[in-house]
Amino acid sequence: MTTGQAEQGATGWIADALREHQDAERHERGAHPTGHDHNSAGSDPTTPRSAGSDPTTPPHRRPVADREQQVLDRIDRARRRRPKVREERITMSHGAGGKATQTLIEAIFLDAFRNPLLEPLEDSARLEVGAATVALTTDSFVVSPLFFPGGNIGDLAVNGTVNDLAVSGAVPLYLTAGFILEEGFGVADLTKITESMRDAAAAAGVRVVTGDTKVVERGKADGCYINTAGVGLLDPSVSLGVAEARPGDAVLVSGPIGDHGVTIMLARGELDIEADVRSDTASLAGMVAALLAAVPGVRALRDATRGGVATILNEIAKAADVGVVVAEEAIPVRTEVRGAAELLGIDPMYVACEGRLVAVVAGDQADHALAALRAHPLGEQAAIIGEVTADPPGLVTLKTVFGGTRIVDLLVGDPLPRIC
Amino acid sequence: MRFVDEFRDADKAHALAARIAALCEPGRQYKLMEVCGGHTHTIYKHGLEDYLPESITLVHGPGCPVCVIPMGRVDDAMHLASRPDVIMTSFGDMMRVPGSNGSFFDAKARGTDIRMVYSPLDSLKLARANPDKRVVFMAIGFETTAPSTAMTLLRAKAEGLSNFSVFCNHVTIIPAIKAILDSPDLRLDGFIGPGHVSTVIGCRPYEFIAADHGKPVVVAGFEPLDILQSIYMLMQQLAEGRSEVENQYSRVVPWDGNLVALRAIGETMELRPYFEWRGLGFISHSALRVRESYADFDAELLFGVPGVRVADPKACQCGEVLKGVLKPWECKVFGTACTPETPIGTCMVSPEGACAAYYNYGRMTRQRVPQAIELSSRP
Repeated sequence: MTTGQAEQGATGWIADALREHQDAERHERGAHPTGHDHNSAGSDPTTPRSAGSDPTTPPHRRPVADREQQVLDRIDRARRRRPKVREERITMSHGAGGKATQTLIEAIFLDAFRNPLLEPLEDSARLEVGAATVALTTDSFVVSPLFFPGGNIGDLAVNGTVNDLAVSGAVPLYLTAGFILEEGFGVADLTKITESMRDAAAAAGVRVVTGDTKVVERGKADGCYINTAGVGLLDPSVSLGVAEARPGDAVLVSGPIGDHGVTIMLARGELDIEADVRSDTASLAGMVAALLAAVPGVRALRDATRGGVATILNEIAKAADVGVVVAEEAIPVRTEVRGAAELLGIDPMYVACEGRLVAVVAGDQADHALAALRAHPLGEQAAIIGEVTADPPGLVTLKTVFGGTRIVDLLVGDPLPRIC
Repeated sequence: MRFVDEFRDADKAHALAARIAALCEPGRQYKLMEVCGGHTHTIYKHGLEDYLPESITLVHGPGCPVCVIPMGRVDDAMHLASRPDVIMTSFGDMMRVPGSNGSFFDAKARGTDIRMVYSPLDSLKLARANPDKRVVFMAIGFETTAPSTAMTLLRAKAEGLSNFSVFCNHVTIIPAIKAILDSPDLRLDGFIGPGHVSTVIGCRPYEFIAADHGKPVVVAGFEPLDILQSIYMLMQQLAEGRSEVENQYSRVVPWDGNLVALRAIGETMELRPYFEWRGLGFISHSALRVRESYADFDAELLFGVPGVRVADPKACQCGEVLKGVLKPWECKVFGTACTPETPIGTCMVSPEGACAAYYNYGRMTRQRVPQAIELSSRP
């Protein structure tokens, strides 16, 4: 009879969260209901967000709608509060690319390393070195299984870093490669991996110029982990960033989404589902160069990796304090990927890609951008999936094929399949 | 994609919405409960409320398997999992449910061996592969998932596996519906019946709702058009003053259920005298335990569990939400202290929980689509 002391039963963080909640409530009651940090449309009298203020709303509904709006505003404020890691230990959610990852980055890493170059939290940092403008990025790879249809950890490690440079508008030049190997790992496998890296680097026009090797005891790692860092050269006149998104801009994706994530899930063999899917891992450098050369109004590019397209859209909405509205029927998803996702109860919008980008371009340039993407072999199925709006700020909404509307929020952790 | 797209057709939805709106009596308010969490998920994921007139309110019911597990049972599971010789397994939905000392995810981070499985048969595989460990499957869910647990027990016995057991938390839907019908704080006009549960138990068990309580029931599928059609069928019954059990999901649900599945459940499990439901309290004959003839596979008997009742944090109003008395956003801590990242109550954990569905998909003021009313006013 060790567990369960009735009322003190709550864990540390539950008690913590409740205390914070009460403090915030007290503060709200004391101060004016709209604090300084409050920047939502709810406080903007020109935006008719509340059904209560809508004269067509039947009177008996109004109080409820108003109360609901108050709650939604309160949530909005809660979401804008300073992030805090409540868990005592790192859980798998912290690595899933969703809310937990973002909280970890902002509350721990950004807090410790804070500087103006890091703060934008873009895919790569923009540095002035002498007369040159340089992009610098790094990425680690721990994929399991190491080999999967369409690629392996090697080409993934090269393309991932190349793409982080490319989407910041840089021409990728040089990479580093760090290996953490587990005692007992097959040399033949290592050779295969490095050959893939060599080929991927050649295809992307980059060279691996320095590296590092560590070996750890059996059981202390899972075969092979790779870290790559990369530098690229930026055209000083090009300035891309998700914070640049403006209402009226168009949002595009460069091809069908979710291929990589679903491939990996199926390659693990735990699901007994077979489907003809391959990872989309590829260098985006060529396509980005073509897009930037053809279209002047590109505001931001992102490669949709962990967390999928949905996470990128949320980053845009948050960074630029704009709304992003996408149409479900416009989003390209392969039938095989959609089928597997339906079976597993996951949403392709959150599934990782490794060779797809999301582009935000000025509205009047949307068609040019689409044509430029489609002219490239990787972008044949590119599509305009939505637009940037003024309202509601910070939120991504999806018009469903069915004709309804829903929010597309950041995921908390891994997409968990529904059980019934 | 076949068998999916035809059930998400916007034109058909508009037509149905118009017919539903036409059936609304002016000035009358309708409260319909979707019993199953799968329906709640569909409703929010596809923005289905956009198609309904203001006078129809959907009330979210208790049919979310994760949501109804009381905190004490999570603690019991944690107690089992913390044994060094045990590998605990459960469905993904269980991983984030908070017990009084954190969730499975937190326990996993502390070094407890907890693994996510997609089927109890995967737990059986684990047991075969780890003969020196004792694999426990934490079984949760309504009659929907009970047959797969039953099949696993049958197979484990047939194979003579000695290191596999089930921590059984299966619940049954009918007593929960009874509890809601008997609850004084809620007046419902009809029920959207749980489709997946009904594939196993059939439609007959709902007959008392129509006969004794005078409320219509329509067993519904899980695509958005299924649900809209079910609402239409309920509204038709109400307009005509009927109360019957109807089966909208006849492409999957046989009227008499799945006898093979029911037999497997009966062979391996039996009703508990009573079981605690989160928010609803103790309900008699509302849950299943492993039958005595399968005692060798019953984790509760093999290991013993503390079985302490743990009260929910005071601020948590999951009970009211589960009974449909409160809308998710009416809970005091909704979206502020209780969010999908840090769920205090179970309704915020599972994607089928009303709070999580509302927070993730529905959290915005709806500009209700007026087409339905517009269309219905046309000659």
